[in-house]
Amino acid sequence: MIPELGHFALILALLVAIVQGALPLAGAAYGEPRLMALSKPAARAQFLLVVTAFACLAASFVANDFSVQNVATNSNSELPLHYRLAATWGSHEGSLLLWTLMLAGWTFAVTLFSRNLPSVLLARVIAVMGWVSVGFLLFLLFTSNPFDRLLPPAPEGRDLNPLLQDPGMVIHPPMLYMGYVGFSVAFAFAIAALLGGRLDATWARWSRPWTTVAWAFLTIGIALGSGWAYYTLGWGGWWFWDPVENASFMPWLTGTALIHSLAVTEKRGAFKSWTVLLAILAFSLSLLGTFLVRSGVLTSVHAFATDPARGVFILVFLVLVVGGSLLLFAWRAGKVGLGGIFGVVSRESTLLANNILLIVAMASVLLGTLYPLFLDALNLGKISVGPPYFDAVFYPLLAPAAFLMGIGPMARWRNASLPDLWTRLKWALGIAVAAAVILPFILGRWSPLIAAGLFLALWIVVSSVVNLRARLAASHRLGLVAKLGANSASYYGMLLAHLGVAVFIVGVTLVKGYESEQDVPLDVGQTTEVGGYAFKFLGVVPGRGPNYRALTGTVEVRKDGRLLETLTPEKRIYNASGQTMTIAAIDIGLLGDRYVSLGEPLVADAINGAWGVRIYLKPFIDWIWMGAFLMALGGFIAVCDRRYRLAIRRRTAPSAAAGAGASAD
Amino acid sequence: MSKEQALKSFRWSLPLAIFVILVAFLWVGLSRDPREVPSPLIGKPAPAFQLAKLHAPKETLATADLKGTVWLLNVWASWCVSCRVEHPLLVELAKANIVPVYGLDYKDNPDDGRAWLAQHGDPYTASIVDRDGRVGIDYGVYGVPETFLIDKAGIVRYKQIGPLTPEALKQKILPMVRELQK
Amino acid sequence: MIARAAIAAIAALLLAAAAAAATKMDPVPPSGENATGMSALDVRLKRLETELRCLVCQNQTLADSNAGLADDLRREVRALALAGKSDDDIKGYLVARYGDFVLYKPPVKPITWILWFGPFALLAGGGAIWWVVLRRRARAATAGDAAGEARARALMDDSDHDNGSGP
Repeated sequence: MIPELGHFALILALLVAIVQGALPLAGAAYGEPRLMALSKPAARAQFLLVVTAFACLAASFVANDFSVQNVATNSNSELPLHYRLAATWGSHEGSLLLWTLMLAGWTFAVTLFSRNLPSVLLARVIAVMGWVSVGFLLFLLFTSNPFDRLLPPAPEGRDLNPLLQDPGMVIHPPMLYMGYVGFSVAFAFAIAALLGGRLDATWARWSRPWTTVAWAFLTIGIALGSGWAYYTLGWGGWWFWDPVENASFMPWLTGTALIHSLAVTEKRGAFKSWTVLLAILAFSLSLLGTFLVRSGVLTSVHAFATDPARGVFILVFLVLVVGGSLLLFAWRAGKVGLGGIFGVVSRESTLLANNILLIVAMASVLLGTLYPLFLDALNLGKISVGPPYFDAVFYPLLAPAAFLMGIGPMARWRNASLPDLWTRLKWALGIAVAAAVILPFILGRWSPLIAAGLFLALWIVVSSVVNLRARLAASHRLGLVAKLGANSASYYGMLLAHLGVAVFIVGVTLVKGYESEQDVPLDVGQTTEVGGYAFKFLGVVPGRGPNYRALTGTVEVRKDGRLLETLTPEKRIYNASGQTMTIAAIDIGLLGDRYVSLGEPLVADAINGAWGVRIYLKPFIDWIWMGAFLMALGGFIAVCDRRYRLAIRRRTAPSAAAGAGASAD
Repeated sequence: MSKEQALKSFRWSLPLAIFVILVAFLWVGLSRDPREVPSPLIGKPAPAFQLAKLHAPKETLATADLKGTVWLLNVWASWCVSCRVEHPLLVELAKANIVPVYGLDYKDNPDDGRAWLAQHGDPYTASIVDRDGRVGIDYGVYGVPETFLIDKAGIVRYKQIGPLTPEALKQKILPMVRELQK
Repeated sequence: MIARAAIAAIAALLLAAAAAAATKMDPVPPSGENATGMSALDVRLKRLETELRCLVCQNQTLADSNAGLADDLRREVRALALAGKSDDDIKGYLVARYGDFVLYKPPVKPITWILWFGPFALLAGGGAIWWVVLRRRARAATAGDAAGEARARALMDDSDHDNGSGP
């Protein structure tokens, strides 16, 4: 009964979404307030229906209802409760339902936080999101129904993929989808602006918080994915430039460009059509990512099981949504007009450079990801494009952007003075260069790449400190606390996010520069020395988990004779699927991780004999994810800025109000 | 439209144009298999081997022995499930006596191999044993089954990745065989 | 004027150098440590294997894969290295058998020129666009300043554009 209820809820949701898409749009076009007013109730009804459907699927998983095809394929009665719940989104169908739920959720949020939006704009925004929902609901109902029955029911499920039986699985997809799907709001605002033919600073002010929150969630989602790969896959890697990873990274790069571009449009009314294009592009890349992951055109460890029919459907959907929006853009963007004027050296020009660098970087990732497909389609053979390519191309592109992060916040709007910037920043530059040159020697080995990375990170930090000091000095208030309070949440959010980038750069530079990996054959009781640490292997013991058998090894980590940590890497064999998983054990530290996993047994007697043990030293690796979380936190703080919560009148107040409270951030 | 206006509308249409080209590629991509690895050996000499025969372990078969004939090399194994799908086709082909088929028993226990052929039929003029898979690597084998068509001069002409299908035989392989046998 | 031209020239040179260097760059800098149990050969092979693709896996390196064919190929690679072959020789050996697909770092040849030089060409294009946009805005600024002042006096109520304040 419950699966049928869920199925029915989806069908109803589709009908409501069609209403949500069509009527408010017509109302906006013909100036019919009653039609426009339908947008909020329709969106809320759709949300409730999709929640119902999702709850029905989750309930089927929790109850081990193996008469539902999806549950039988992806779950198992021995699976612990939290993984049974997570298995709801562990399959193609379930994750699509999660997508749809997120989309309905974001639309619902728009209906809640839109008191100050003009009704025409709101109607269009909700209508556009309604049409996207229609697409996903059609896709679900016609090609990927999660409620398909399996009759007669299977006696037992096939089990969730062991790789997914992990806390990361519980949280990574929801965070990621919050980001992916969240860009649909910025997209809807962009389409609404093109439809209305009006694009001004207030539009940017409304779009901005939605975009920033989506971006922050996407940052967290990607960081979680990377961390999960690190401790789950057993080989210490944290980013592989896999097509599916790139599919999430491209919207992130575009989203970062978008939040910066929105700042310019909001503050100065410039870059209007460019911002609209970026908003369309960010969501288009989310949809493209969906296509790449589920259509089978690219190979990836992350890819869902594929089906040509699904690929065609998503491609058609992509053509309609992206093609339609780019057609609208081609037609209407020219009418939006030129925005504010600014000089060669100005905050605008540095932000423009930032945007160009980010988009070129995104285009390069896209090029590398799709190039094998391009050549194959032209019958020019098959090649592989992997980390060696991306690493070689990406870092040189983003290094200048990182450098600009020190200059941009210092530059005045409209017209900055290069000599003035030089005066303010020359000490920061000097400190960063000196430290970058000296530090690698202290850390163990000098190389130009390590020095470059450290320079960029230090440059960002020191120039941010300089910026803050200048701000505090220029403030007319008295006392440090008062001076600090004079700056907006937006400003602190920016500082924190930029600091996060610096922390991230430190992590990446030092891990890539100084990590080491050893595959060591060890007898029971034997010790090996790596990087000043002593690793003593104490053998393996057999054991059992809720749905697996395990061989658990014990490795003691000592430094200078003192026991730091006892690690227990495992080899697990899952009962239902027979798959083997290598579970690494990590001694986490602020300055680096000690990462140990079991290789293979070296003799027939696995329990008493020698094993190949893999020992990795990963200096500063946790800074990578700490940096990402700081970035996201910065985003969330920026959204708390007072000006988004102030009642905004239709015609914004003259510059007096805008200039006094808002800071040039 | 003035030249400046035309330039401007070109600028706004550029994203759309790029998207259209991208979609064209994605559309073609849907009908391609990204995991299929084409063989770089087509048009090149078949890598030389000299391996023990499956049914007569004391004798060997070498590529040199096969110069002057057009022949098929079919990579199979007793542990290979997909091989069972194509095997009846090979048995048929052998009966038709158009082209000799030689089997490469890939990474298999010879006893298992012989038992498998006894059970499913033996279409091979001779089968050779590649115990450790080194000859397979030379031929760029990455999955089982695979089939190679080699001409009189010992040049590789065609590689079938995966099981043989009636269409592949009728439309590609047999016409090529007839052509090469002239 | 001359300073700007010089900066542009240096930037162009750096761009070209970066493009050329990227095609030759090593994927991971060599490890500084060698613990007991892992020889220089092992370190070298590990690094080489991270650049090679496991043909039967869903996008994994030869170093990380557990597949049977991966085992065989690692054995081959080791045998070739012990026989004195260089990294390039080993890659050539595998490419002769499996094609360019087996390399994670695509070779630089005419059909991959767009791949390798595209990003830098895009960057140069982006830089050109940046320059053009700035010039246009600057020209509009000087041209419109006089007219702008007059308009501003007339349109005191119009406030869509923030005039910028603070650092």
